[in-house]
Amino acid sequence: MFAELFSTFYQFADVFAFLILSAAGLAIVFGMMGVINMAHGEFIMCGAYVTVGLVHAGVPLPLAQACATIAAGLIGVVVEVLIVRKLYKRPLDTLLATWGLSLIVTQGLLILLGSSIPGIGTPEGSFTVGPYTFSTYRLVLFACAIGVLAAIYVIFMRTRFGVMARATMQNAAMAQALGVKVGGVYAASFGLGAALAGLCGALYAPTMTLIPTMGATFVVESFVTVVVGGANVLLGTAPAGVLLATVRMLLNANYGQIIGQIGMLVAVILIIRVLPEGISGLLVRRGR
Amino acid sequence: MLNRIRGPLGALALAAVAAMAPSGAMAADPIKVGLLEDISGDLALIGLPKLHGSELAVEEINKAGGVLGRPLELIHLDPQGDNARYQEFARRLLNRDKVDVLIGGITSASREAVRPIVDRTKTPYFYTNQYEGGVCDANMISVGAVPEQQFSTLIPWMVEKFGKKVYVIAADYNFGQISAEWNRKLMKDLGGEVVGEEFIPLGVSQFAQTIQNVQKAKPDWLLTINVGAAQDSFFEQAAAAKLNLPMGSSIKIMLGFEHKRFAPPALNNMHATANWFEELDTPEADAFKKRWRAKFPNETYINDMGYNAYVALWLYKNLAEQAKSLKLDDLRKVMATGQACVDAPEGKICVDPKSQHMSHRMRLVSVGPKHEITVDKDYGVIQPYWLGEIGCDLTKKNDKEQYTPTSLPKK
Repeated sequence: MFAELFSTFYQFADVFAFLILSAAGLAIVFGMMGVINMAHGEFIMCGAYVTVGLVHAGVPLPLAQACATIAAGLIGVVVEVLIVRKLYKRPLDTLLATWGLSLIVTQGLLILLGSSIPGIGTPEGSFTVGPYTFSTYRLVLFACAIGVLAAIYVIFMRTRFGVMARATMQNAAMAQALGVKVGGVYAASFGLGAALAGLCGALYAPTMTLIPTMGATFVVESFVTVVVGGANVLLGTAPAGVLLATVRMLLNANYGQIIGQIGMLVAVILIIRVLPEGISGLLVRRGR
Repeated sequence: MLNRIRGPLGALALAAVAAMAPSGAMAADPIKVGLLEDISGDLALIGLPKLHGSELAVEEINKAGGVLGRPLELIHLDPQGDNARYQEFARRLLNRDKVDVLIGGITSASREAVRPIVDRTKTPYFYTNQYEGGVCDANMISVGAVPEQQFSTLIPWMVEKFGKKVYVIAADYNFGQISAEWNRKLMKDLGGEVVGEEFIPLGVSQFAQTIQNVQKAKPDWLLTINVGAAQDSFFEQAAAAKLNLPMGSSIKIMLGFEHKRFAPPALNNMHATANWFEELDTPEADAFKKRWRAKFPNETYINDMGYNAYVALWLYKNLAEQAKSLKLDDLRKVMATGQACVDAPEGKICVDPKSQHMSHRMRLVSVGPKHEITVDKDYGVIQPYWLGEIGCDLTKKNDKEQYTPTSLPKK
């Protein structure tokens, strides 16, 4: 009995971690800044590739993952300054520009590094509960997902940068009039989003096949989580993750992966039909 | 182009072009070989060796005097793993470029997308992958291995060695579904039991639930016919969860070279039956690998699809020269004699007249804890007998159908 209960929790944690980690970066970039970032998957891939490259060069895995997160963040800042900055008032054009970026990056990497790079193996460690054995690393992923949610909350609610960022997203002109360096805030926010995407890739790198298009596996989940979460990512992302993970886990467990995937997407359609502003929209309305 | 060249200058230019044309046997018009292989997108990993195999064969054949004294000209298009593009590009190659022969396609879905288009023409089509078998179509010549060569060897061996209970993890499209059907039929004949079957949508990369389902069902071994880079993540995740079950497959090792891509021991205890794998070390195979690596030194792995793509062009040369023609009907007359063979690196293999599929020298290979490859059994040459047995006979009639163990020809 305990084994079954634990296994249910473990499966939930696994899906939840995947949804939250893949969505966290996009929650900031798309949810807060309103940039439809089609290159989100490529930031994830960037995190994975840098991690694996560093591990092959002899860097310990956690350090490599930290470096990969920072690298993705820095690239994010560069992308913001060079491309996204010019297109804030043209959301459809950002979609096109970032999509183009995504194509260039995946194809460029294919030409430069070949169709795949060798994996690094998941860190050792497993444990047994009843008839099942579990990988410890998957629980580390769950812990990281919780950590990321907490970090986003602290950064945006408890720091000076967070106040300025929220002010800028709400009304850039007013924030600028009050002395906020809007350009810097945009660049830093986009960089933070990219860094979180990189973190996702870094964390999943040991468990996956490394190919230039690997980011695509995360993209659907990340977008639906953010959309269901709604505009206020601080309120919405976590409950969206819980809700979608529960739906998917239950369907996966009882009817297999196909129904799990279909079911989750049907749930998304229903939720945004009933709650066009996502879960955070509902929470905000209740709060008023 | 030509009608734009006018006046004396144009005439001069034309004369110059004519003077520059090469002389000798190879001066003849090239034979156009249309090639559809994915070298970008999710399947680039396994598709790139197919392009390389074709390029190597074309280079060698042209050096050896071409086909019927004419050089081969490769026209390669990259459908990027998209079936709609496969259809578009197949039409373009057949109708606009008017290729003499069409080769390619990776997934069975792409093959079935292209086949109806080829069937409306008189162009021969070579499909160069191992696949789930059953296509009875006069336009198609299948160069890869089929279930009677792969599953009828592997599954009895797995049952004898590991036990009668199997769990199937398969990609959810025609290849995975029909392969699972083959497994069901063979397990029934062997008195075995399929304790679970899971069909996974392409692109799924997370397998925690699957791993637990497997542990719950307690199989003796796994049949892993999952497809694509995303689904391959299963092996890493299963190893991390200490699933530790023997695995059998018709596409792992020799096709996807997972043992080269994942850190050991993720692929430990994987078994597969193959007509080609790079670790094969006969003198003919070694010579072939040397020629390949001289041209493509950075190849991660020479996989069976790349090898089959190479063999397909030599087979085409033999067929055309025996027929003294490039016409499909003439090539089929040669195949109907049962004497259409090719001296491939695996040995001499021939086209079965009834089904237009190849015989193959099959070996059972196993992966060890350090991802070393051992050959556990040599089955010798196995004929592609199944289609002939169930009533497909292309020398008599063209069914244009794909049959499966539960979908047999109407008597």
